[in-house]
Amino acid sequence: MAEYKGVAVYCELTAGKLVPISAEGLGIGKKLADDLGQELSAVLVGSDISNLAQETVTYGADKVYLVDDPLLKDYQTDSYVAVMQKVLNQITPRILILGQTDVGRDLAPRLAFRLETTVTMDCVELAIDSQSKRLLQTKPVYGGNAQAVFTSDTDPQMVTIRTKAMTPLEPDASRQGEIINIEAGVEASAIRTRIVDRVMEEVAGIKIEDAEVVVAGGRGIGSPEGFGQLEELAKLLKGAVGASRPPCDNGWVPDTVQIGLTGKIIAPEIYIAVAISGSSQHLSGCSGSKNIIAINKDAEANIFRQARFGAVGDWKKVLPAFTEKIKELLAA
Amino acid sequence: MNIIVCIKQVIDPEAPPSSFRIDAATNKVMMQGAPPVIDPYGEYAVEASLKIKATQGGKITTISLGDNLLREVVKKPLAMGADELVLLEDEVYIGGDSWSTAYALAMAIKKVGEYDLILCGREASDTNAGQTGPGISEILGVPCVTLARKIDVTDSTARVERVTADGYEVIDVPLPSVITVSNEIGEPRYPTIKGIMTAKKIEPVIWKPSDIGVEPFHVGDAGQRTRIARLYQPILEGECEFAEGESPEEAGANLALKLREAKVL
Ligand SMILES: Cc1cc2nc3c(=O)[nH]c(=O)nc-3n(C[C@H](O)[C@H](O)[C@H](O)COP(=O)(O)OP(=O)(O)OC[C@H]3O[C@@H](n4cnc5c(N)ncnc54)[C@H](O)[C@@H]3O)c2cc1C
Ligand SMILES: Nc1ncnc2c1ncn2[C@@H]1O[C@H](COP(=O)(O)O)[C@@H](O)[C@H]1O
Repeated sequence: MAEYKGVAVYCELTAGKLVPISAEGLGIGKKLADDLGQELSAVLVGSDISNLAQETVTYGADKVYLVDDPLLKDYQTDSYVAVMQKVLNQITPRILILGQTDVGRDLAPRLAFRLETTVTMDCVELAIDSQSKRLLQTKPVYGGNAQAVFTSDTDPQMVTIRTKAMTPLEPDASRQGEIINIEAGVEASAIRTRIVDRVMEEVAGIKIEDAEVVVAGGRGIGSPEGFGQLEELAKLLKGAVGASRPPCDNGWVPDTVQIGLTGKIIAPEIYIAVAISGSSQHLSGCSGSKNIIAINKDAEANIFRQARFGAVGDWKKVLPAFTEKIKELLAA
Repeated sequence: MNIIVCIKQVIDPEAPPSSFRIDAATNKVMMQGAPPVIDPYGEYAVEASLKIKATQGGKITTISLGDNLLREVVKKPLAMGADELVLLEDEVYIGGDSWSTAYALAMAIKKVGEYDLILCGREASDTNAGQTGPGISEILGVPCVTLARKIDVTDSTARVERVTADGYEVIDVPLPSVITVSNEIGEPRYPTIKGIMTAKKIEPVIWKPSDIGVEPFHVGDAGQRTRIARLYQPILEGECEFAEGESPEEAGANLALKLREAKVL
């Protein structure tokens, strides 16, 4: 039997760049590797990506495993699962970390079942148990109403991590690492799916993931026109507009601005929730915000249990006055 | 077209958080005053199957694994228009993890035999895992596409629109395959009166582990590879400061003043 050792992080790429969650994975991976007194490896899979290896080293990787092949240009489940299986059989890490992204959600469970091990999805905390040296995997369950701490009987112990839940290390250009190339060894014929098209639903202005201020509306906004008023406030504060799920489902705003467990996870300085009840699934996506401010006609709404400031009332009356006053204050 | 949809009975995720309790001794969850429901994303998967059946014809079989499954809950897909119901109902099935659940479901699907498409929810509202669909596909050796917002079937291929962070991708996948369904597929339809009457008359088929060729040590509690060390409720620390006012307008203006005072703005 192979000896499982060290921590590996699958570093996701998009448009030839590391996605932020890759650095977050290396950050927590480094901490766990240090606790175990073992090495941290980065795994990079794609086409024409050798220039990214050094970057993962600056974020903490001791070793970088690089699988570079034109066939791996796009993420496709079949090819990536096969490649990752091969890489992991070679490096046999004790822990494997991926990101809870649209790729991680697809790749991690398939790979876990392929390797006959387990994965805990969407972890918000990871630690090594001081006694057993096994990985304690904390993740929200029941839509965020509860948190569970899991351990796994099998190796590698796989997890995906929630966006913005872990902190990356400051990149350090003086760090040294070893780069190891691995042949992909996949045939085009082994890929059963075919990508026909990729459609971007771009939203004008600042992306909600990057905005310092997010003004979000819920079911109580009632119409696309209502969101126009949120837009006005967001512009004033140089922020972006987001939403709970119902406005997306109803087509008032694009699906890409949904905030929550199954949408975007954000952590802005200011989060203004208007006519949002504050379901645990929604709060999963915004509870990391520095200041939550809520406007709701129902004083008992759950959102007020997370909010730092609030106003009770019909948003159609509260919001214009709020926006007007802010305009005044900013002009002064 | 033979479609199999996996449906789980769960505690109501839309019930007020205040009715949610954890029994620390057993690490079990209780929901007071709200009856269980079928898993919302499973319900989206049923809706997807009905849309496909409307154009392709065929049969929809739903499978639920659990214990003490309420008939009015697990029969809801039948009332919406599904044709058959298989229950993996036994106390040995419960307390499992993604492995034991996906394994038992895959073995039951093998026993059903004829299938072109297997649909699951993108994630269950209790586990928030999203592993069962990919797990079944891996065990059965068929392809899988996750997070579907639209599915079009022609002959032996499904064209799937898959949700991504900034839009969607369009993927062709040969059948049979597993697809996990997201809410963008569209609101699940309501059962009709006629549907409810039909559902009443359909008797579920019940399979014990031995019926699907599964050893007891592979299912439920005994078959799990993940252990739960602790289950607890995170504490909401929030002390909300309310902006007062004679009118909602005044409250709105005062809210802005409060933010300025606290240097949030
Ligand atoms: C597995 C799973 C995943 C999910 N993922 C997500 C997710 O990622 N994101 C998400 O948001 N949801 C998600 N949901 C759905 C979630 O459970 C809730 O249904 C949803 O968040 C409710 O949105 P809401 O607060 O806008 O609507 P509601 O709960 O209907 O609340 C509307 C609020 O508006 C207030 N209101 C109405 N009119 C006015 C008015 N004129 N003025 C002021 N206030 C008013 C009401 O008092 C109420 O509080 C998920 C559900 C499940 C089961
Ligand atoms: N016990 C079960 N019985 C039937 N289907 C299930 C069961 N558990 C999970 N599923 C299916 O798998 C999906 C994802 O569940 P999970 O992997 O637990 O997030 C659900 O939406 C269901 O479609």
